[in-house]
Parts: sequence; C-alpha cells; structure tokens
Amino acid sequence: MLGEKFKKNYKSIVEKFEKKESALISLLYEIQKENNYISDGDISELSSLIDMPYSRIKSVLTFYTMFNQKKTGKYHIQVCRNLSCSMSGARNIINFIKENLKINEHEVSDDGLFSYTTVECLGACGSSPVVMINDTYYENMDEKKLRELIDKLRKE
Amino acid sequence: MKIILEKELFDIKTYITNGGYNAIKKALTMTPQSVIDEVKKSNLRGRGGAGFPTGLKWSFIPKDKSQKYVVCNSDESEPGTFKDREIIHKNPHSIIEGMIIAGYAIGATKGYIYIRGEFVREARIIEKTIYEAKESGYLGKNILNSGFDFDITVVRGAGAYICGEETALLESIEGKQGKPRIKPPFPATKGLFSSPTVINNVETLAAVPYIMIMGGEKYSRIGKEKSSGTKLFSVSGPVNKPGVYEIELGLSFKDFLENYLMGMKDGVKLKAVIVGGSSVPVITADEAMKVNLDYESLSQAGTMLGSGGMIIIGDDQCMVEALYILARFYHHESCGQCTPCREGTGWIYKLLSEILSGKCKEKDIDLLYEIAENMMGRTICPLADALSMPVMSFVKKFRNEFDKHIEGSCEICQR
Repeated sequence: MLGEKFKKNYKSIVEKFEKKESALISLLYEIQKENNYISDGDISELSSLIDMPYSRIKSVLTFYTMFNQKKTGKYHIQVCRNLSCSMSGARNIINFIKENLKINEHEVSDDGLFSYTTVECLGACGSSPVVMINDTYYENMDEKKLRELIDKLRKE
Repeated sequence: MKIILEKELFDIKTYITNGGYNAIKKALTMTPQSVIDEVKKSNLRGRGGAGFPTGLKWSFIPKDKSQKYVVCNSDESEPGTFKDREIIHKNPHSIIEGMIIAGYAIGATKGYIYIRGEFVREARIIEKTIYEAKESGYLGKNILNSGFDFDITVVRGAGAYICGEETALLESIEGKQGKPRIKPPFPATKGLFSSPTVINNVETLAAVPYIMIMGGEKYSRIGKEKSSGTKLFSVSGPVNKPGVYEIELGLSFKDFLENYLMGMKDGVKLKAVIVGGSSVPVITADEAMKVNLDYESLSQAGTMLGSGGMIIIGDDQCMVEALYILARFYHHESCGQCTPCREGTGWIYKLLSEILSGKCKEKDIDLLYEIAENMMGRTICPLADALSMPVMSFVKKFRNEFDKHIEGSCEICQR
C-alpha cells in the first residue's frame, strides 16, 4: 500500500521533470524509501495514480537492481565483489557478514536489522573493498571496521 | 600537469575566485559555431571510453531551431573506473559550466545529468551545485543577460551498468529499461525524446571551460600530437598509492607506476595491467613497461585507453579467477536483447566456473576463446565486445594459468 506521504508528494516529484516518464525511477525510489520494498500492490496503485501501464512500471522495476521486491533489513548492506574489491579482500567481508549476522544473501536477520547482497562495481575501486549500507559508502573496509560499524548500527 | 583537479573547488565561491564561470562569459561573446571550432581545435576526445572527438560530435547537431539536449553521462560503472566521482567531489562546477557551454554551442536549452543510482551523495552534490549556479545567474533564463536560457535536470539511475551506453542512458531517462537502441539514427539526429542530443562524459565536459579559457590551440599542445590534454586515471590494485591521478597524456606507464603510484606493494610483483577499465584487452607486465599512456601508444600495444580505469594485477592474483569475476559481471549486466551477448556472456561465465574448479578439458579453453571471437562486433552495443576483449587477451597472454587449472595445479588459488 502506498503511504499517505507518498500520495501527497508524488505530484511534486513528477513536476520536477519535463516528461512524466522521466520521474518513474524517482517515484520508485520514493516508494522504496517509505515502504522498504516495492510490492505488486504498490505498482498497481502507482499505475493508476500516474496513469502508466502496470507492465511498464514492472518492467522498469525488475530491470534495475537497486529496487527491492522483497523486504530488506533496516540496514541493507551491499558488498562489492568485482575485481578490485575481490583483490583487496571482499571475500573476507562477505564471510564476516554471513557468520556474524547469521544470514545468507537476500535474507533478513532475525531482529529485522540487517540484510545483505553482493553487488558489482560500486565505482570506488581505489579505496576497496567497498561496502554500501543504505545510502552511504564505507571504503577501505576490513573485518574490524565492519564489526565496529555493525555494533554502532545495532545501538541506533 | 593538472587542469581539472588542480585545486579543490567545491563551492561556487572558490570556483569563481579561481576564474570559474569566466569561460561561459567568454563563450557567450562568441558565435555558437566558433565555440564548436574552439573545441575542435583543442583535439579533446571523449573521456568516457570511446575517445570520439568532442568538437566533431557537437558539429553533427543540426543547426535549426528545434529542441535539442545536452546529456552528461555520469553513470560511471565500468569496473576500475572512479574518476568522475572525484571530479564531482572536487570540481563539480566545471561539469555544470561545461554543460552550459555545450548547450550554447549546439543550441540546446535543456540539459540532463544522468548519475548512477549508487552515487547518492554525489547526486546531492550535483543538486547543490546546480542550485548555486542558478542563484548566481549562470543557469536558468537569460543567462548573464545574453538571452540564452539553459537548465539542468538530474536523473538518477538505479543499478544497471548498461545505462552507461549512451542510447541505453537515453532510454533510462525516458523511464524505460536501459536497452541500447539500434544506430542509426544516432543521438545527434534522434536522441532524447527523439530530439538531437549530445551525450558527453563528466570528464569531457569538465575540460571544456578550461579549453575555452586557454584556447583550443594551447590545449591541443598539452600531451601528445593525437592525444591532447590531460586525462584522469583511476588506479586500483596492489600499488602503494591507488587513487585518481590527472596526468598529461603520453606519460610512460613505467614513470607513472614508479613516481605516482609509488610502485607495487611489498612482496607483490606486477603481472598484468588492465589500462582503461575492465573492457579493454589486458597487457602483460613486460608490455606495460613499454607503453605510454596515450591513445596511440596503447592502441599499438593492442589495448585501449578507454575510461582510464586502471586495474593493476599482481602475481598473487590468479588470472583465471580474475577473468571469471569479469565474466560474472558482464553476464549479470547484459540487457539480454541480443542473442550473442545474452547467451555468450552466460556460456563464458559457466565455462570459466568449470575451468576454475578444474572440471574442464583442454579443448574447453579453445571453446572459451571461440565463443568470445564469435560475440565480437555482432551486437547492438559494445557490451559483448567488452567481455570478448578481456577473454581473448587473457587466454592468449596467460594460457599457462588456464592450463594449470585444467591440470588442477594452480598454486595461486590452490584449487
């Protein structure tokens, strides 16, 4: 279900763009921000709100990897595993997450706080390995830094 | 020599104090045609990867009164490439000023910046930069009382490497799946919303204000004859000082490695270099020590300058595993509309997983090469080529490491 806030704000997002179609990605981001993920129901509602076919919205949603169609943790961790990150220890980061948060890829931890997925190049290879948590990059990561970060997020 | 990254010019005040927005003032006193001529004279070539002459690209836009667009490609996603991010962090106004100049030159009143979805912080920086430029009268209606209008909209991507391909990028701005278009028509005649469109990389646009100020002629004398100007290289891998470097084109790799990157990390020997982003053919350490970092020298060595995303590979990295990682990436990022790419990247990825785990026979290495060869040049966009080139060069130059995996005797990954 689309939230009241979204229903109030979506027009101002659409108005920022010359053509309505260009607003689609921004609208999907907004729904994801409010609802954590984007459900089929959300697509149906959006489809009638902005008068765009359901299939069109769904095709865009499924093409881009940053949209989640399943619930994620409050803190969604994306770990880069491309060449530069891999050479500087991405595998250790992934193993650390699996063991310490006791989750596999795309799973949510029991307390609902964390989920993780491996991703391709995040474009910060000079300070690899790189991890992205929600909207923020964490660079030159190692197990120690990640442990401290996760402990800090747990307390928030 | 540094131009774009000479100083940190984060906000509009420091940008202007250092001569910022003088280039647009100068451009507005010239005719659009003479602005294009100035850029042509500079020999500036597209810094995103393809290296197409920028002035020539601008000159393809029809000279009529129809709606036109300038699009800034900030979808930096090529593995190993992180230079545009540095420009956004250190000199964002140069990108905006470059876009305004491009808009004036081609007669566009509207610009778009397409930025990869993961760059949340960078998108905020760009929004702030646009806001500052508008407040000071450099963007919007009747810029500096010249009668020229120009405005910029930021569109965020959402995690698709293919959207860095210029026509896929246009599709994405139009709110569709990022699937490359068949060319022709080229964007210069039928681009965004079917209107003539120029698409330039962040680094290309950021160089434009400096070219306007120093003059195309002077800029063309920086670097080498056919490789004019400075170029940003983003370096990752086991070197002592990875990061972004702006250098004059033509510098030798040896000099760059020893005096900029401060050599290899202790205990690691240079084995191979991917010079210009993960898509270009790999070169061996011996080959690397003989090349200069410019378009011609690298092309003679059988590789490409590309985006300048340089990945240094040490002797502690297995080449089969490195190629496997790249193949997984291209397979994941293939948009799926062309069969050779959709199927080919998948076959290569599967074959490499098998080779990596020692489940293959020697003839499978030949098969790997053959698939890559058959994908090359047979698709709408260059994503298939972008995997073919690494596969063919890795197999040709590091065949022994593939053989070792077949025998089950790779000492590096001990598989």
